[in-house]
Amino acid sequence: MSEAIEALAAKVDAQLGTSVRRIPAPAHELAYETDAAALLGVCRTLRDQEELRFQMLMDLAGIDYLNYGRSDWETESATRSGFSRARLAQNAAPDALAPGRFAVVYQLLSVAHNQRLRLRVRCPDTAEPSVDSVIEVWAGANWFEREAFDLFGIVFRGHPDLRRILTDYGFIGHPFRKDFPLAGNVEVQYDPDRQRVVYRPVSITPRVLVPKVIRHDHRYMPGLRDPQVPR
Amino acid sequence: MAANPLSEIRNYTMNFGPQHPAAHGVLRLVLEMDGEVIQKADPHIGLLHRGTEKLAESKPFNQSIGYMDRLDYVSMMCNEHAYVLAIERLLGIEPPERAQYIRVMFDEITRILNHLMWLGSHGLDIGAMTVFLLAFKQREELMDVYEAVSGTRMHATYYRPGGVYRDLPDSMPKYQVTRWHSEKDVARMNAARAGTLLDFIQAFTEQFPAAIDDYEALLTDNRIWKQRTVNIGVVTPERAMQLGFSGPMLRGSGVVWDLRKKQPYEVYARMDFDIPVGVNGDCYDRYLVRVEEMRQSNRIIRQCVEWLRAHPGPVMIDDRKVRPPRREHMKEDMESLIHHFKFFTEGYEVPEGETYAAIEAPKGEFGVYLVSDGANKPYRLKCRAPGFAHLAALEEMCKGHMLADVVAVIGTQDIVFGEIDR
Repeated sequence: MSEAIEALAAKVDAQLGTSVRRIPAPAHELAYETDAAALLGVCRTLRDQEELRFQMLMDLAGIDYLNYGRSDWETESATRSGFSRARLAQNAAPDALAPGRFAVVYQLLSVAHNQRLRLRVRCPDTAEPSVDSVIEVWAGANWFEREAFDLFGIVFRGHPDLRRILTDYGFIGHPFRKDFPLAGNVEVQYDPDRQRVVYRPVSITPRVLVPKVIRHDHRYMPGLRDPQVPR
Repeated sequence: MAANPLSEIRNYTMNFGPQHPAAHGVLRLVLEMDGEVIQKADPHIGLLHRGTEKLAESKPFNQSIGYMDRLDYVSMMCNEHAYVLAIERLLGIEPPERAQYIRVMFDEITRILNHLMWLGSHGLDIGAMTVFLLAFKQREELMDVYEAVSGTRMHATYYRPGGVYRDLPDSMPKYQVTRWHSEKDVARMNAARAGTLLDFIQAFTEQFPAAIDDYEALLTDNRIWKQRTVNIGVVTPERAMQLGFSGPMLRGSGVVWDLRKKQPYEVYARMDFDIPVGVNGDCYDRYLVRVEEMRQSNRIIRQCVEWLRAHPGPVMIDDRKVRPPRREHMKEDMESLIHHFKFFTEGYEVPEGETYAAIEAPKGEFGVYLVSDGANKPYRLKCRAPGFAHLAALEEMCKGHMLADVVAVIGTQDIVFGEIDR
């Protein structure tokens, strides 16, 4: 199986050369990264090249890398994100405008050759993240791109009908961004005076489900951690 | 302007759903009609959006298994399977053989559950009442299997990373005598429940092909059924691939593609079964494909039952990182108690990496794209729901058809909103 992966990787490298970079993936999977500028060309090659023939786009996902690898050990008081994350604390606050915060991931499938490939592209501009729409390469991208736009605010240039899809009509914000609170910002309620449903600021108090005491465990302090013990 | 009275008949826009029995949940369709012919169909989805993927980002890995059941709520264990598989790939563990057989067996039971639900409701939507009643009678038996193994009839939370929650029970729950059920009734109802769960499943598989024959007798050559489904919603194989179709929607168009055969996971490679494929790519072919899939699932279940009888063994990997300690140990042993507490509050940490695990769910390819940054919670979870890609193509499949055919197309796509809205 891993020979098949290496064989496919050799074909991809031969066809696409420097426009894609291989990124780590578990055994039996192959993943590449490309630049936003080269995306459409890469996608067309992946679809049309006889040896690759990735005819199907199975999935398209947006990702927000804002807190990647960061802890949120704030368990002394309630946090809006619920559970704490078992990551080593990093003191620097994440830079919400750092380039490469948003990425789009494509899962490709070739029915002809029975092979899969994952392609990731990072949006160069974080303030207004955008990539080219692949809808003309794979028509099935339509709703997946609408979803990524709705949830992450990634704009797909050239999409014919980029509307919100999962959230409410008139929703404000992009809920799957890491800086969007889990409980949301607004909730709905029936207003008997106005006889309609109205929005108001959210009233749910955040809950922490992790016991607080274990957070003082010295194993989690960088200086005291035993380097012999892999985590 | 109004010279010709006929020219005043214009397209009009019609709202379908979200509270419509044929909308399979909460689908709102905005239809632009020319008389009774569909010109445009714009599905509005998201009325059941619960943010499952965002919720999963804030919980240890194991606590999200229950959410997976609630995605596609008629093929519960298959959703769990994809999620659990993704975690296992990142952890680099493999469940014991017996657990793999149990998973395959329950995946196929789930496939039958799903297809029975689909057959019944699709029939009901386009005018066949009886099939619904017959299908639900069989479905009830399989629900009892779910209940016996996991404690709940639907949202099982039975699969775990590293295996399944517990081994198959030795006995089936039995009916009790009540004011409404006499001893004689109860004896009849409990006849198949005397033995183990495997005996019960075997008894089911023996009578089930005859039940499928009954459904087919009612539908396959039925003139009304054929009028409602033949040549409705035709999709060519090329177009089906372009649109990202999978499962019976893809096979109905004649593409030979089934992950169980092509990219086997668990022990599917050892199973003997066939892949039914359609020819015309219309609703009728997809109906035939699904009915045949039920027969093939029945075959797979039999093979699993046979193997499981002969091979007792562990159903969970013996890795203290991903399994809780045994209950008996926990009551006596301090370390086990601590371990239990830590396991259920903090969970375990999954190595940094990303993976895409796909399984052949009853509706098509259900995939889970999981990104871990090394924490005890997923960094990003994306569920690839087959119905999402199918519903996106609704407009294309409906264009030029009558309003009544929209219902047939929604039915044939096997839409369930739990997975589409997530």
